[in-house]
Amino acid sequence: MANLLRKKENNTFIIGSPYFIWVVIFIVVPLIMIFYYGLIDRNGNFTLENIAAIAQPVHLKALRLALWLGVIATVICLIIAYPLAYILSQTSINRYGFVVFLFILPMWMNFLLRTLAWQTLLEKTGVINNILVFLRLPPLNIINTPAAIVLGMVYNFLPFMVLPIYNSLLKIDPNIINAARDLGANSVKVLQKIIFPLSLPGVISGITMVFIPALTTFVISNLLGGSKILLIGNVIEEEFTHAGNWHLGSGLSIVLMLFIIVNMIISSIFDKTGEGNFL
Amino acid sequence: MTKKNLQRLYIGLIFFFLYAPIITLVILSFNDSRTRARWGGFTFRWYGSLFQSDEIMWALFNTLSIALLSAFFATLIGTIACVAIMRMKKTSRAVSIGITNIPMLNAEIVTGISLMLLFISLGLRFGYGTILLSHITFNIPYVILCIMPKMRQLNPSTYEAARDLGASPIYGFFKVVFPDLLPGIIAGFLMAFTMSLDDFIITHFTKGPGVHTLSTMIYSEVRKGIKPEMYALSTLIFASVLLLLLLINRLPAGEVKKNQHNL
Repeated sequence: MANLLRKKENNTFIIGSPYFIWVVIFIVVPLIMIFYYGLIDRNGNFTLENIAAIAQPVHLKALRLALWLGVIATVICLIIAYPLAYILSQTSINRYGFVVFLFILPMWMNFLLRTLAWQTLLEKTGVINNILVFLRLPPLNIINTPAAIVLGMVYNFLPFMVLPIYNSLLKIDPNIINAARDLGANSVKVLQKIIFPLSLPGVISGITMVFIPALTTFVISNLLGGSKILLIGNVIEEEFTHAGNWHLGSGLSIVLMLFIIVNMIISSIFDKTGEGNFL
Repeated sequence: MTKKNLQRLYIGLIFFFLYAPIITLVILSFNDSRTRARWGGFTFRWYGSLFQSDEIMWALFNTLSIALLSAFFATLIGTIACVAIMRMKKTSRAVSIGITNIPMLNAEIVTGISLMLLFISLGLRFGYGTILLSHITFNIPYVILCIMPKMRQLNPSTYEAARDLGASPIYGFFKVVFPDLLPGIIAGFLMAFTMSLDDFIITHFTKGPGVHTLSTMIYSEVRKGIKPEMYALSTLIFASVLLLLLLINRLPAGEVKKNQHNL
């Protein structure tokens, strides 16, 4: 062990053994378990039925709705987050810690309570409607609709869009922008040709970090959708808690993972460093 | 309106959106009515009865101790992982990082289910232990994410110099490498602690009957109505964290902050 930090394969396994053992037992094996359960039936025979079950109308509807709401939430997050990240990156003080702090801080209030608070705000006689009525505006009736679920998604996952974009914008060397300006580019051209392309890894990483939790949520749809609207996450959760068909639940999880893998492949093509830009 | 004011308005609106539910919860904690639908006047009584509820105190203890322990073990394993990953060649490094990141990139519901199936086939009793094991697992990638950049900035020659001057590998690590990694390690620990504290989904699938964290307790109360003490407790937690972080931010060195800048 001449040097702990130099590249050397021989002792690496011994040094890293706690980590390797942990990763194998708690990350690799559990994933294999899902595939194992998903590919057998109750009697232990191999079957593709649990995966094919996604084609059943109930499941397909839940998957479609989850994809659709996930896409809408991701697009809204992107539209809100990009200008915000840009403005924050332009502030002269550039206090990175403080900006991250403001976005991480809400996490210290329980995620379920924060989402439930939207019930209080959105209800028919809730805070927002009281204000609207007071201002003689038409009331907003979105609680227990897909719109409320999208709002919950945007609310919960917006920081995951803002932080990577903000981070990638901060990394842009101001000299590149100055050079473009010296060469006669106007603000729109600079944004289009310099800033946006260089912030793309952050955008892609943000899209992944919003889309995947939005696609797979069962909590937000449960709390704000009034438990009548089923997303694919709700279906899987039901199978594992109440319905008790783990094989079906695992099969549907495999389908869900396919979407996640596709998303990850797309993002790794754009984000070559492979590190993400969350922090 | 000038461009600057327009920008301020935009930022203000977004932060209002982010903080409106938190303000709502703080207000509800002072509401002298058992239901959240009606304002029954101002009271401090939930802050008192909170400490009398064994159930809530027990859930709080579980939540905090799991967060602390899982952050500690995840930081330990994550630091070891970073040393190991640094020593690897390009391909094995990419594979290791890829696999380690799975719990961070995968859907939480899938991670939760996969761990649940593992614990069932290992025959483990579901409870405090299984929650702790799960939290350590999903915290490890966040710790590595925080420490790895520090690791890359290290100069291996300093460690070599220490070894040449007679330091044992362990002594050399703790005297030369560890201080440089410390800001990353602290950031990783705090990140892991936060993630564990806020987790619901993975806990939901890996907990046993009778064991509650604050999250799972809240979820079980959704249908029958959240106990107002819960609002009081979250307000207390939020206020103390806010105070703590403001104090840290005021420190001139602001180690954590400086570190985050480098990530």
